[in-house]
Amino acid sequence: MTPRTLYEKIWDAHVVSSRDDGSSLIYIDRHLVHEVSSAQAFEGLRKAGLPVRRTDLTLAMPDHNVPTTPRVDAAGNLIPIVDPASAIQLAALESNVAEFGVPFFTATSPEQGIVHVVGPEQGFTLPGCTLVCGDSHTAAHGALGALAFGIGTTEVEHVLATQTLRMARSRSMEIRVEGKLGHGVSSKDVILAVIGRIGVGGGIGHVIEYRGSVFDAMSIEERLTVANMSIEAGARAGLFAPDETTFAYLKGRPMAPRGEQWEHAVARWRELRSDEGAVFDKSITIDACEIAPSVTWGTNPEQVVSIDGAAPRLEDFADEGRRAAVARALDYMGIAPGQAMIDVEVDHVFIGSCTNSRIEDLRAAARVLEGRHLSPRIQSAIVVPGSGLVKRMAEAEGLDRIFTDAGFEWREPGCSACLGMNPDVIPPLGRCASTSNRNFVGRQGPDARTHLMSPAMAAAAGLAGHLADVRAYIGEPA
Amino acid sequence: MTMAVVAGRAYPLGLSNVDTDQIIGSDWLKTISKVGLGEGAFAALRDNGVTVFDDERYKGSEILVAGANFGCGSSREHAAWAIVDTGIRVVIAPSFSDIFSSNAFKNGILTAVVDEAAISPLMAVASADGEDGLLKVDLIDQIIETPDGQRRPFNIDPFRRECLIEGLDEIALTRTEDPAISAHEARVSLVEPWLAGAV
Ligand code: SF4
Repeated sequence: MTPRTLYEKIWDAHVVSSRDDGSSLIYIDRHLVHEVSSAQAFEGLRKAGLPVRRTDLTLAMPDHNVPTTPRVDAAGNLIPIVDPASAIQLAALESNVAEFGVPFFTATSPEQGIVHVVGPEQGFTLPGCTLVCGDSHTAAHGALGALAFGIGTTEVEHVLATQTLRMARSRSMEIRVEGKLGHGVSSKDVILAVIGRIGVGGGIGHVIEYRGSVFDAMSIEERLTVANMSIEAGARAGLFAPDETTFAYLKGRPMAPRGEQWEHAVARWRELRSDEGAVFDKSITIDACEIAPSVTWGTNPEQVVSIDGAAPRLEDFADEGRRAAVARALDYMGIAPGQAMIDVEVDHVFIGSCTNSRIEDLRAAARVLEGRHLSPRIQSAIVVPGSGLVKRMAEAEGLDRIFTDAGFEWREPGCSACLGMNPDVIPPLGRCASTSNRNFVGRQGPDARTHLMSPAMAAAAGLAGHLADVRAYIGEPA
Repeated sequence: MTMAVVAGRAYPLGLSNVDTDQIIGSDWLKTISKVGLGEGAFAALRDNGVTVFDDERYKGSEILVAGANFGCGSSREHAAWAIVDTGIRVVIAPSFSDIFSSNAFKNGILTAVVDEAAISPLMAVASADGEDGLLKVDLIDQIIETPDGQRRPFNIDPFRRECLIEGLDEIALTRTEDPAISAHEARVSLVEPWLAGAV
């Protein structure tokens, strides 16, 4: 048999049928649903008189526009949602899941959170499964060896109705990071470096497989950060071959297999790796020692530089179009060409989003903040745990106190300032040190300026009141 | 709706990496309808000095010419609904984000992939005045014709091409494959029973 990549193995195992035109009908094993991309899909089903084909493979929860302020009052009553459009959308999700019988975590259930945090946490996401969600960061679930990708609302409807999608096979790309990461360098810095290298369009039409010693050594949560941002490189999905780290993470999770089935599953999952000699359409290797703690300076994630670097100078770009694009980005960000990154003052800090809101992220930020206080420059600083379970775990460890003592607000789980659909928005011209995944124009609020970075770097920026090198705050390596 | 030929003026946008946040802002994502989003289309670009969408010469154009990686970022289908609502039916670019091109196609928008080198001549035509500014996008022959007689090929996935031309209902089409879907499900519950039910 010809050697196959991990992607090809998962793809082949899910082909229901193929057509001569190169498209295949692919079976979908897991479907996550949230309020923003589902209302029109359920409406379509209703109009066609169709049920949800497999409610047992579907899991819904609100995340994008739920407020992150308390959801129940002291007496235990639900606090109404102020924004009428959000209230309608959230109510629509509740009534749709009730009507169609879809399993649902309500906004007040302890398991609720950002879909991409909850899926792995519950063991809903499994190695070798196909998983979709009406959200581009679905790529995150590839950390567990799931072929996971974001879809639009019409596709959500198609999956609800048929549990399949029609698609053409993507090309494959191997990204290797070899060596050992330096002190203070996080998985966020690794994926930002990858995107900086291949560009925001570099992965178009491809599924990435992350390989090499740096990725092998990562925890599942670190891998989730990497896989999550595959989409920021334009890739359809990002994959990690499941290994002992994956199995240890999944064992005992509420929706993961147990007992004898667990043993069978693990035996099968061990086969989920690219064969020796499998051919990738593209291969890229990055040396780990080239990666430093990084921040973005511009308005897309490839516009990134190490914290001791500077914004680009216009004369560095020969191509007129690129020069104009860089000038536009710098202008929007209010950064001078050539300005040193550590000289950029910050007014807001956001620790959260499906990229960096898990327990290890909160620990990393808390380690920097412990015993310290935010700079007086900082106008708002919020920590938004990725799920209710992450929040409780953090509270049990006392992390919430470290954050609040440092001057942060400790919030309820949701997407929050990652996209500013709920009240958590950065004001016009406000500058935010953010652990999210998109620094697009207006992403965190109209005219808001976003610098992407790791949780530890965001904490350091909060303490300094300007972009700062986390290595100055965490001492020497042990 | 079916499509064969779309001809007329085109918006000469030309920018690369136009993300879906730029096509429709997040405040529009709270709608539970698919219509009316044209009003918010391209607001972030307009606010930041892009004038083509407010230029009378291009008003009502059914074609948009853009740079590489069009529609990157968020999977929001609202971007496609906003574009449909403005009356645009064809977007021409050297590359598209995978999710956007899929969303576009589901809403009857043709994403025509051309060579990077074709963008600047197409931009020149789209920016020209009067008859010189007309493009003709022929989905049957997969050709874009310009007034100077040039015929430039474009790429489109064959299944999508067929669906756009014939206006197929994809869910209905897939439902005809129900026996194969059920057979797959039966096989999975036997071989990988842990995949067969999550919740
Ligand atoms: S946290 Fe941000 S990127 Fe993640 S699902 Fe929510 S809105 Fe999307």
